[in-house]
Amino acid sequence: MRKDYNLEKRKYVIGGFIVVLVMIYIARLFTLQVGESKYKVNADNNAFLDKTIYPSRGLIYDRNGKLVVYNQPAYDVMVVPNDVQPFDTIAFCNTLQIDKAEFDRRWSAMKRGRNYSAYTQQVFMNHISAEAYGRLQEKLMMYPGFYIVQRILRQYAVTCGANVLGNIREVNQNDIDSDSYYRPGDYIGDLGVEKSYERWLRGRKGKEVLIRDALGKIKGHYNDGANDVTPQAGNDLHLSIDMDLQELGEYMMQGKVGAIVAIEPSTGEVLALVSSPSYDPALLMGNERGNNYAALIRDPRRPLFDRSIQGAYPPGSTFKPSQGLIFLQEGIIDLTTAFPCHRGFVSGGMRVGCHGHGSPIPLKPAIQTSCNAYFCWGLKRMLDNRKKYKSTSEAFEVWKRYMVQMGYGYVLGIDLPHEGHGFIPNSKFYDKNRGEGKWSSYSVISVAIGQGEILATPLQIANLGATIANRGYYITPHVVRLIDGVGVLKKSLERHQPSINKEYYMSVAEGMRMAVTGGTCRGANLPGLEVCGKTGTAQNPHGRDHSVFMGFAPMNDPKIAICVYVENGGFGATLGVPIGAVMIERYLRGELTPAIQAKANRMASISTFSTKLYGAHSPDAKNVTLKPAKDDKTEKKSDSKAQPKR
Amino acid sequence: MQMQQQDNTPGGGSLLKSVDWFTLLLYLILIVAGAVSIYAASYNFDKSSSMFDFDSFSGKQFIWAGLSFILGLSLLLIDRRLYEAYAYPIYGVMIVVLIVTAFIAPDVKGSRSWLHLGPMSLQPAEFAKFATALALAKLFGTYGFALNNWKNYAIAAGIIVLPILCIILEKETGTALVYTSLIFVLYREGMSGFVLFAGLCAVVYFVLILKFASVTLMGIPLGMFIVFIVIMALTVGMLAFYCRSFVLTRNVLLGYLGAGAVAGGLAWFGIVINGYVFFFTVIGVSLLYLLYGMLHDDMRKVLLTIGFAVASIAFMFLVNVAFNNVLQPHQKTRILVTLGIEDDPRGVGYNVNQSKIAIGSGGIMGKGFLGGTQTKLKYVPEQHTDFIFCTIGEEEGFVGSTAVLLVFLTLILRIIAIAERQHTTFARVYAYCVACYLIFHLAVNIGMVLGLCPVIGIPLPFFSYGGSSLWGFTFLLFILLRIDADRKAYGSW
Repeated sequence: MRKDYNLEKRKYVIGGFIVVLVMIYIARLFTLQVGESKYKVNADNNAFLDKTIYPSRGLIYDRNGKLVVYNQPAYDVMVVPNDVQPFDTIAFCNTLQIDKAEFDRRWSAMKRGRNYSAYTQQVFMNHISAEAYGRLQEKLMMYPGFYIVQRILRQYAVTCGANVLGNIREVNQNDIDSDSYYRPGDYIGDLGVEKSYERWLRGRKGKEVLIRDALGKIKGHYNDGANDVTPQAGNDLHLSIDMDLQELGEYMMQGKVGAIVAIEPSTGEVLALVSSPSYDPALLMGNERGNNYAALIRDPRRPLFDRSIQGAYPPGSTFKPSQGLIFLQEGIIDLTTAFPCHRGFVSGGMRVGCHGHGSPIPLKPAIQTSCNAYFCWGLKRMLDNRKKYKSTSEAFEVWKRYMVQMGYGYVLGIDLPHEGHGFIPNSKFYDKNRGEGKWSSYSVISVAIGQGEILATPLQIANLGATIANRGYYITPHVVRLIDGVGVLKKSLERHQPSINKEYYMSVAEGMRMAVTGGTCRGANLPGLEVCGKTGTAQNPHGRDHSVFMGFAPMNDPKIAICVYVENGGFGATLGVPIGAVMIERYLRGELTPAIQAKANRMASISTFSTKLYGAHSPDAKNVTLKPAKDDKTEKKSDSKAQPKR
Repeated sequence: MQMQQQDNTPGGGSLLKSVDWFTLLLYLILIVAGAVSIYAASYNFDKSSSMFDFDSFSGKQFIWAGLSFILGLSLLLIDRRLYEAYAYPIYGVMIVVLIVTAFIAPDVKGSRSWLHLGPMSLQPAEFAKFATALALAKLFGTYGFALNNWKNYAIAAGIIVLPILCIILEKETGTALVYTSLIFVLYREGMSGFVLFAGLCAVVYFVLILKFASVTLMGIPLGMFIVFIVIMALTVGMLAFYCRSFVLTRNVLLGYLGAGAVAGGLAWFGIVINGYVFFFTVIGVSLLYLLYGMLHDDMRKVLLTIGFAVASIAFMFLVNVAFNNVLQPHQKTRILVTLGIEDDPRGVGYNVNQSKIAIGSGGIMGKGFLGGTQTKLKYVPEQHTDFIFCTIGEEEGFVGSTAVLLVFLTLILRIIAIAERQHTTFARVYAYCVACYLIFHLAVNIGMVLGLCPVIGIPLPFFSYGGSSLWGFTFLLFILLRIDADRKAYGSW
C-alpha cells in the first residue's frame, strides 16, 4: 500500500493535541494541589469535626483547706446556622421548654452578635438545665446543625471574698485575638485570682477529632483516636485567705466604705482582703451574670472597685512610723531627740494642729501619742539639713527613696489584677506644681503626717505594718500560697528589705506597743496578745475624717499585720482600732468566741455610709438586692403549673 | 507468502515475540491501579473489608479484570483476518443490540442502556465502540476508498453517526458523544483540516457567547461583540495565510481598522452606533468586496473564506437559540457551572466542587493509600465510577495523579505509534479509533473531575468501576494488539 506521507504528518496534530491537553491537566492539578491551600482547609472542614473537651477548671481552697470555689456542669445549646435544615420549631421549643417567641428572640439576638458567623458554632442558649439537656440530647439528630456543649459553671461555697475570688465570663473578641487558646463561647477568668491565675486554672482543652461523612454521620475517631488530646484539668489554688476571717471582716465592714488587709508578716500571705461594699460572688455566675454585672457597674458605691488594693487613700498618722524610721536611719534624730509640741507644729508662720500631751517628747512617746508636731519637726530638720544634703530637693529625693523601699508609690505586686500604686511625690513633682525653688520644707510639711499629696492603698499600709512586724523586711503580699502541681510562684517568695537598720524598727515597734498600752490605740489592748498599733485619722475632702488603723501582733512573734481603713469613720480609735482588734483577736485565738462575736456585732451595727458621696442607697454592705442566678429547673416547673397543657 | 502465513499461526511462539509487550504492560499497570483505586474509593472506615472480598466493588473489579485479561488473551488467539472479514456483520449486530437495548432495558436513572444477563449487567454501548472502529477500519481499508467525494464522506460519517443515534435513543448522551472523537480518524485519513478548525471555532464561539452574555457593548451582548471581532480577525487571517492574497488581506484589514476607528471616534464623542448595524455593515461590505475580489484570485479559497464568515455569524445566532431551546435544563446548568457563569456548590456544582476539594486536599504527595477522607466519607458522589480520579488525587497527590495521566499519555502515544507502523489502512484506522476513544475519555473524564469540562458521565478507562467499560476497552486494545502482532505478515505489497 502506498503511504501518504503528507497525511502521516497529521499524527503530530493528533498526538500534539493529547500532549497539550495532558499538560493543561497537569498544570491544573498543580494549581489545585500545590498552589492552593483552601482545598485542604475545605476538606478538613468537610471531614473532621473537632470536638472540644473542656477540662474542669481548677478548684479554689482557702487557707484552712476549705473548698471555696468548685465546678458544676452546665450545658450550652450551640448552632451552626448554615448547617441547619428545616426542622419542627415547635417540637424543638417544647424540648427546650421555651416558646416560639423566645426562640425567635434568641435566634435574632444570636444573629446580631458581634462575632456572628453562619459557618461556626454560635451560642443559641446557654446553661440549660440537666433535664432539658437530657431531652435535647435524645432528639439531637433531628436537628442537624445544633450541638450541645458541656461547660463549667462556677459554684461558690461562700458569699464573701468576691474581690479575691473573682469570677469567670465568656470570652470577648479581644481575648480571642490575643490568645489562640480561646474560641467563641469559652470562659475566662475575670477579676480576682480567677483572672490572675487564669493560666493555671483553665487547664488544657482536650480535643476529639471525629470523622463525619457526607450525610453528617459521625464515623468514629480519626486515626483511631491518635489525634485526640485528653483534656488536662486546671491546677487547684490554695489561697492564703482565711475565709472565716474574711467573712468576719466583711461582716464588720457592712454599712461602711473601706477596706481591711491582714497579712501574715513572715510569709507575706494575705489573710484577709476585705473591700466594702462587696457583693456575693455568685451574682456573677450563670445566665444572670450580664444583668448583675451591669447593675454592679452602675452602683455609685462601686462594689466592683477593690478598695483594699486599688483605693488610694491618705494614710494619715499610720504613716508616722515610716517617718520615724527614715529620720533615725538618716541620723536626723536619735531616740533621745525631743521636739516641742504646743498643741501643734508652729513654725514659719504656719501651724499643724495636734492634741494635748506632754512637751517636748522623743520618738517613742511621739508615736504613742501620735504627735503631729514631732514628725513635722523631724521632716523639717531633714529637708533643711544643708550639711547632709545639698538642697531641699536632694533631701526630699532621699526621703522618697526610703518610702519606695517601704513599698509606697508603686505597686507591691500582689497576685491580683489592677493593683493601685498610691502616690508618693518626688521633688520634680513639686518643681512642676509649685515652681522650681518655690517650695520648701514648710510647704510640703504635711507629708510627714501622711497627708498632703501622699496616697496609699490599704495593702501598702498593712505592708508597712508587716515590715515593722518583721523588723525590717517584707515578702511580696500574695493571696495564693500554693498552686497544686506547680508550687509557689517565685514572685510570692521575694523578700524586700528597706535599707533601714533593724534596731530602728525595734524602737518604732516599741512606740507602737506603747500606743496600744497607753496611747491612741488602747482599744486594741487585748490581754495576752501584745498588739502593736498605730491609728490614723485622715483628713480628706469628702467629709468626715477616715478612720485608719495599722498594727500587728503579737509584738515579738508577729502572726498578723493589719490595716483597717474606714472611709469617713472619724477618729482612728473610733472604728479602725476596734475592727482591727476584733480581726487580730479572732485570728490569733483561732475561733470566734461569743465575746469576739459581740464586739463584731457592735462594729457591724455602725453605719458611716456617706449619702452625700454615694447617694441615698440603703447602706447595706452586701447589696444583694440583685437577682440571683436563675435556676431553670424551678422556673420551668412553675411555668408548667401556670399554663397547663391543652 | 508461505512463510508469512506460518508466522501467523495463532498460539505460535512468534506471537509472544511480535505482540507489543509495552502496551500490554501499560494495560496491566492501568487495570491493577484501577482495581486498587476502587478498593480505596469504596473503603469504609467503619468496617474495612479485604481488597479481594468479592462482595466489595474492588473484589468484583478484580474478577472483571481477571476475566477481561483472559478475554484479551483469547482475543489474541483469533486470526486477525476474522476481524476484518466480519467487521460489518459485527457492526450490524451491535447496532441491532443497541436498538433492542433501548427498548427492553429497564430504566436506570433515566437511561435505558443496561442489559441484565443473569448475574451480570452489560452496557452494549461500550462494546459498540470496537464494532464501530472495526467497521470504520474496514471501510477505509476497502480498496480505492478515499475521502475525496461527498458520497464517501457520507458513508464514513454514517458509520459514526448511526451508533450515536442509537445510544442517544438509550439516553446515554455522554457515551454517544465519545463517537464524535472519531472525527480525528477522518482527519488522519484525509478529511480537510478545515473541519477541525471550524469545530474549534464553534467551541470558542460557544464559550465566548455564553461566558459574556450578561454585559452589553454597543447595544449587543459582550460575547457577541467579541465573537464579531474574532470572526473579522479570522477572516483577515484566512485571507493572509490560506488564500495568501496580499491585496485582499491589506484592503480588508484597512477597511476593518478604518471602520473600527470611525466607530471608536464616534463613541468618543458620545455617539454609539448599534453593534448589529455596525458589524453587519462592515462585515457585509467586506464580504461583497471579497465576492468581487475573488474574480482575480483563487476563487475556491476566497469563497471558502466568505463561507466561513457567513457560517460563523449564522452559528453565533444559532447558539443562543440552540442553547435555550434544544438542551435540557440540567445540561444547560452543567455547562453554565463549568464556564463559571453560575455558581451552585450545593446543586449541580456539588460534585465538581467536592471533587476539586478532594483532589486539592491531596497536596504534593497525597494523604497516602486509604488515607483520603473526602472520598471515604462519600463527599464525592460516584467516586468509584466516574469520579475515581478524585481518590487518586486525594490519596496519591500531585505526584500520583500526574503519574496516572502520564501513563495514559504514554499509552495513547504508543497506540498512535503503533497505528503509524501498520502497513494496512485497516489496521491503521482501527488503531487510530482506539487512540481517539481513549483521548476522548481521558479528556472529558479528567476535565470533568478537574472542573474544566461540563459533567458528562463517562468512565475513566481501566479505572472506573464496571465490567462493561473495562471489557469494552479490553476488546479494543487486544484486537489492536492482535492486528499489530501480524503487521509484518501484511507487509507492503
